[in-house]
This record gives sequence, structure tokens and C-alpha cells, in this order.
Amino acid sequence: MSGSPINPARARKTLIEVRGLKYRYDDGTQALDGVDFDLRESECVALLGANGSGKTTFVLHLNGLLSGDGFVKVCGLPVSKENLPAIRAKIGMVFQDSDEQLFMPSVLEDVAFGPANQGLAPDQATSRALQALDQVGMAWASAKAPYHLSAGEKRRVALAGVLAMDPEILVLDEPTTYLDPPGQRDLLRLLKDLPQAKILVTHDIPFAQALATRAVFFEKGKLAAEGSIDELLYEFDWRLDPRA
Amino acid sequence: MHHVLVEQWSRGRSWLHRRDARAKLASLAVVLIAIGTIRIGAHVALAAYFALLLAATVAARLPVTSILLRAGTVLPFSGTFAVVSWLSGDPQRAIALVEKSYLSALAALILISTTPLPKLFAGLESLGVPRLINLVVQFLYRYLFVISEQAQHMRLASRCRGGGHGGFRAANQNRFQAAAGALAVLFARSYGRAEGVHRAMLARGFAGHFPLLAPARLSLADGGFFLSALAAAVLVRFVL
Amino acid sequence: MHIPDGFLATPVWASLDILALPCVGFLARRAQRETEETKLPLLGVMGAFVFAAQMINFPVGPGTSGHLVGGALLAATLGPAPAAIVMTAILALQALVFQDGGILSLGANVFNMAIAGVLAGYFPYRMLAGSSGASRGSRNLALFLGGFLSVLVSACLALIQLLLSGVAMPGGVLGLSLGLFVVSAALEGAITVAVVNAIDRLNPTWIKAPVRQPRRAFAWIGMTAMLLVVGGVLVASAAPDGIQSLANQTGIASQTQALLAAPLAEYQVRGLNSEWLRKAAAGLCGLILVYVSCIGLERLLRRRTAPGA
Repeated sequence: MSGSPINPARARKTLIEVRGLKYRYDDGTQALDGVDFDLRESECVALLGANGSGKTTFVLHLNGLLSGDGFVKVCGLPVSKENLPAIRAKIGMVFQDSDEQLFMPSVLEDVAFGPANQGLAPDQATSRALQALDQVGMAWASAKAPYHLSAGEKRRVALAGVLAMDPEILVLDEPTTYLDPPGQRDLLRLLKDLPQAKILVTHDIPFAQALATRAVFFEKGKLAAEGSIDELLYEFDWRLDPRA
Repeated sequence: MHHVLVEQWSRGRSWLHRRDARAKLASLAVVLIAIGTIRIGAHVALAAYFALLLAATVAARLPVTSILLRAGTVLPFSGTFAVVSWLSGDPQRAIALVEKSYLSALAALILISTTPLPKLFAGLESLGVPRLINLVVQFLYRYLFVISEQAQHMRLASRCRGGGHGGFRAANQNRFQAAAGALAVLFARSYGRAEGVHRAMLARGFAGHFPLLAPARLSLADGGFFLSALAAAVLVRFVL
Repeated sequence: MHIPDGFLATPVWASLDILALPCVGFLARRAQRETEETKLPLLGVMGAFVFAAQMINFPVGPGTSGHLVGGALLAATLGPAPAAIVMTAILALQALVFQDGGILSLGANVFNMAIAGVLAGYFPYRMLAGSSGASRGSRNLALFLGGFLSVLVSACLALIQLLLSGVAMPGGVLGLSLGLFVVSAALEGAITVAVVNAIDRLNPTWIKAPVRQPRRAFAWIGMTAMLLVVGGVLVASAAPDGIQSLANQTGIASQTQALLAAPLAEYQVRGLNSEWLRKAAAGLCGLILVYVSCIGLERLLRRRTAPGA
């Protein structure tokens, strides 16, 4: 139950390659205006930027939920209709609202949803789901209805739902929303132990600092800068300290 | 929502809880049909059915008083019609309306209090309920509480905004419009949520049809349970 | 009104179960065609919306309020077949999980509210709002009539089934019930208009334009069916034994109305207060109103559909 093993002998391979990505919403808003981006094996990149700067729109392009102009390649496959099943298996996307992610009547069925869509037989999908639940420490809740879980538990189950598909990349959209500090800490520990490359969309700076290896800054649909989180915070004056 | 308690009960561990949902659904159908087709005035037989249902409640280690009271939610409706029937000179029918509707509600309540909903839906599915309906019901139930919570917020908001001045009529009109606005916003949120759910489904490789987990196998005990329910229902129906 | 088990005679519930099955099957297939299966969550979430919408009260008069039932609203936003499926799902969940409405009588309730109710709610919308040049006024009229008819037709059908099953109802009570049906139907109409317009202001694409080209035969069949439904109650209630003692009636009626006026009222019992009820005791006036409004609608439809039909 892990991503593909990392081969230290080889240079870290590029998992995601985006060039010149542009996207305009139906109402005419230019949400993405020429984005270039790379993600390598075992990296964790934080996407920072103001609300509406295009972060979420950008990640929705990675697994073809939106498609704009430009070039997006995931694990060597261009994002196109015929590659979608393969690409969606490689990118595990954990959305901000767990209630939208956990739509099946029970936790086990929900976590087994992805593997079953990949074509696994029911008993295989179930055992894969139990394994993933175990990995996030939620095996005890497998028979529960998602509605009865706490926010932190829901987030873990949502994570298990994508881990069960054995992805190479995790995309986490505001993973700390609704979580109290102990819940955030538990999630952080869990994520740090996962071998997958990660993209973290967040406003939660301490969380990003603790998890991310580098960061990029979105501004008006463009990648305005790239570097360490501290550099970016300074450059864009995003520090919380009122004296700064 | 008052359903939370029933859901807690449904996760009990009694013998009845462990029976397959299909066996329980079939038994429920038998009992309901037996009660539904019984002639008016068969008080002894109906009392026997009540005893059977009571025994099932006790065997399932459910809180008897709460169950009996909750099944009574049907009584305002049937009581009203019973009074009308009584007044128009048909007391036997009046009693039958109350007896039958109460016993039927009790039987359905026992099923739902001993069967977790995911298992119930799976059971309905393998008993041949159309897939589309079953899935819509499941989605409905899944988001019922989520949307209801939002509705509660909207209700507060519409109360706060709908004060209005300029006489009673105008205030009423304002409140009517405020309520309509609140519902429209609730509609919009629900729509947005449905889109979010859809997106989450696609992200996990949804390709147009829902995967089914392996259905549980019916055990000998399940068969035995159904047969004894059938036998009891038929016996009471034709002997008493 | 959700009919519980134990009320309907065996032939009535059994035949309606048998009738409802193929109808739901047909509508499910149509719904599947109209909304791709990927839109399934939308149907479920909209069901939850209708369920939750009952918490929001619409003021009617002093101290009284009502709430949305939803058939016509769903038909105007999702289309008729998906709307019928959503209503079926709501009724099934209420019967199974909330013991609101019987399980054997689920067929009857589905037939009354999800099939006939939704179709009656969609019918004026399709007839009046379908043409490309339909004005705002005629769309609002269509929505009002849709809400009105969906509630009235469902309630009348339920009443007919109860009368057929031998549940006795003296003329006075029957008249009063019908009067209350008309009032709650009018309220549903007003709510449907207000909410659909409010939704339209938020995002006009959520309101589904009806399929165009209303056919005259369709109009006549629909009209006849609805008149039969409403007329059925008149026939079933023939030989009224006069208005019973007023005190008697109001005692009963204060309960009846909560259950008859708002089909989902058990979660939140409320209704029209007894002051109003006393005024409305002459419920038979309601009957005449139904009849006149139906004839008026028929005339209107005939004039609208005549050119180019």
C-alpha cells in the first residue's frame, strides 16, 4: 500500500509537467493565464495565493476535471479523454469539503468506491479499502455512516478513499479546514509518513511550513514566484505579524 | 431530526440485528400483508400480532417504551380518521384504522431499528428495487442531514431579515419574500453541493455506474427466521 | 397526505402498487435518459433539499404558515421525469425510515404525489411556459397553476382512495377537507412562483425550459384527467348528509388540516388556526372554487394552444 518505490539510483522523475496552461470561465474570467509547473517525485509543493488567484482551478486541470488550453502531462501521460482513467488513478485528490467527498452510505463502501471503479473485484476492492483505512487509523469506523464522524475523522476517511487507489500523487485542497489543532497535528503526522508526492493548496501557513518542501505563489492566474515558504511570505507580505 | 436515535438502535448486536436485511424485509412484507388484509373486528388476531411484535422488540433488546411511543407518530393521522368514522356511525372501522395503522408502523419501526441503513439499501438492491431509485434514496439520505443543517441556518437568517415595516400586510409579504429568497439560496447551495459530489466521484474514477460490494450470503438462521415469521403470521391470520 | 398502512382496502393498495411499479420504471428510464447517470447525486441532493425546505415557513395569515411541498418546483427545475423520481425517493425514504406513510400503501402515495402530483404540476408549465415568446406573466401563471394542481390532485386522489376503501366521511368533513386542500394548494402555487423567481434571479440556467410544442390532444387528456380527479371526489361524496355540528367539525378539523394541508407536516406540525377554520367552515365553497378554476384553466388552455397546435 504505497506509491511506486523510489529508486535512489535514478534522478527524481518528473510526475507532473504543465506548460502554458490557460483557462477562462464561462463568465469571461481569465482564471489561469499561462501557468508553467513541475512536480517531482517525493516533493511536497505548497500552492499559495489569494482567494480567486487560480489555485483550485489549476489543480482541477491535473486530473481533467477542467480542461483549458495548454499542455498538462501526468506521469508521462498527456491529460486527454482516453488517458483520464489512468490519470485519475495516479492522482488522489482530497477535496476541501469532506461531506462532498464521502458520498457513499458507509465508510467502507466509500473507500472501496475508487478501487472498484478501477475494475477490482468486490472482495479485492474491500480488502484494499480496509488496508487504506488501517493506514489512516480509521479501520474501526468501516461500518459507520460518514455523517457520524468528526471533521478530522472524515478527512482521514477521505484520504483513505484516495490512498485505496494507490496513487503516485496526492492533491490536498485546504486539508486543515474545520480541524482543531490536535486534529491538524495528527493529519500532519499522517501526511509526513506517506511516500507520495504532494500538492498542497492552503492558506494555513504553519501547516504548509511543516509539510511542504517548496512553494509557488499564484497571482491573477499566473505563477508569480517560486521558492521556500518563508521567502514567498516575505516577498508578498503575507506574514501575519502586524508589526511586519 | 429525530432519526439519530433509531440509527443508534440499529447498530445493536442482538440475534435479530444479525439477520440479513433481505430476510427481515421479506418478513416485514408478510406481516404487513397479514395485518393489511385482516377483516375488520379481528381484535384477537391483531392482539396476537401485537404480542409477536412486542416479543421481537424485546428479543432485539430495543427500548420497549420508546419503540411503542415512537410507533405512535401515526396516531394523530389515524386517530383523526377514526373519530370521523366513529361519528359517521362505523365504530368498528374506527378501531380497525387505529389498530392496523399502529401495528404496521410498529413492524416497520422494528425493521429500521434493527437494520443499519447501508445494509437495508443493499438488501433492497438485491431484492430487485430499481437501481436508480435506490441510489437516489441513498444520496438523499446521505445529504438529508447536511442540507437540513443549512436549512436551519437559513430559517434563522430569513427570520432575522423578514422583520419589515409598514403594517401587517406588508410585513407578511416581506417575510414571504424572505422565505422564498432563503429557499432559493438553499437550492443554490444544494446545487453547488451536488456538483461538488459529482466532481469528487469523477476524481475517483467514476465511469457511469456504481460498483457493488459483494452481497452477503444468506445463512440458515436467516432462512429460519423468515420461515418462522411466515409461519407465525399465517397461523395467527387463519387460526385466530 | 401520506396514507399509512391499514387505511386502504386490499384491492386499492394492491392495484396501486401494481400500477405504480411500471410507472416508476418508465419514469426512471426517462429520467436516466434526460439526466446522465453522472448527475445522480443531483437528484439525491435535490430530494434532500425538498425535505429540508419544509423547515422554512411561509407566512399565510395571522399566526399561520405553510411550507413548500415541491412537486411543481422540482418539475420546473429538473424536468418532469427526474422530478417524479426524486419525489418517489422522498416518499420511499419517509415510509421506510420515518414511518411516514405506509409501506404497502407506498404505491398509492407514489401514484398520488410523485406521479400524478408531479405531472399535474408540470402540465400547466409545459402548456403555458413552453412557447418561446412566453411572457413572465404567463410563466408565473403556469408556475402558480402547477403548484396549485400538484397539491390539489394529490390530495383529491388520496381522498378518493380513502373513500373507495370505505373510510366514511360525512359531507361536512369532506367539504371542509376540500376547502383546506384548495387553500393549501393555492399556497403551494404562491410559494412555487416566489421560489422559482428567486432561483431565476440567482442563476437562470437552473430553471428548465419545458419541451415546446404543446399538443392539443395532450392538453385535453391532461385536462380531462384532472377534472376526473377533482370530479371524482364530488361523485364519491354524493348525498352529503349536511354540515354536522360546527363544534364537532372544528375539533376534528384542527387536526385534519395539519395532516391534509401539508403532506410532510408531521415533522413540524403547524397550520391554520381555529379562528380561520371557523370562517372556512363552509368548505363547500371550496368545491365550487375548484370546479370554476378548472373550467377557467381549460378555457385558457384551449385559447392558448389553438393557434399552431
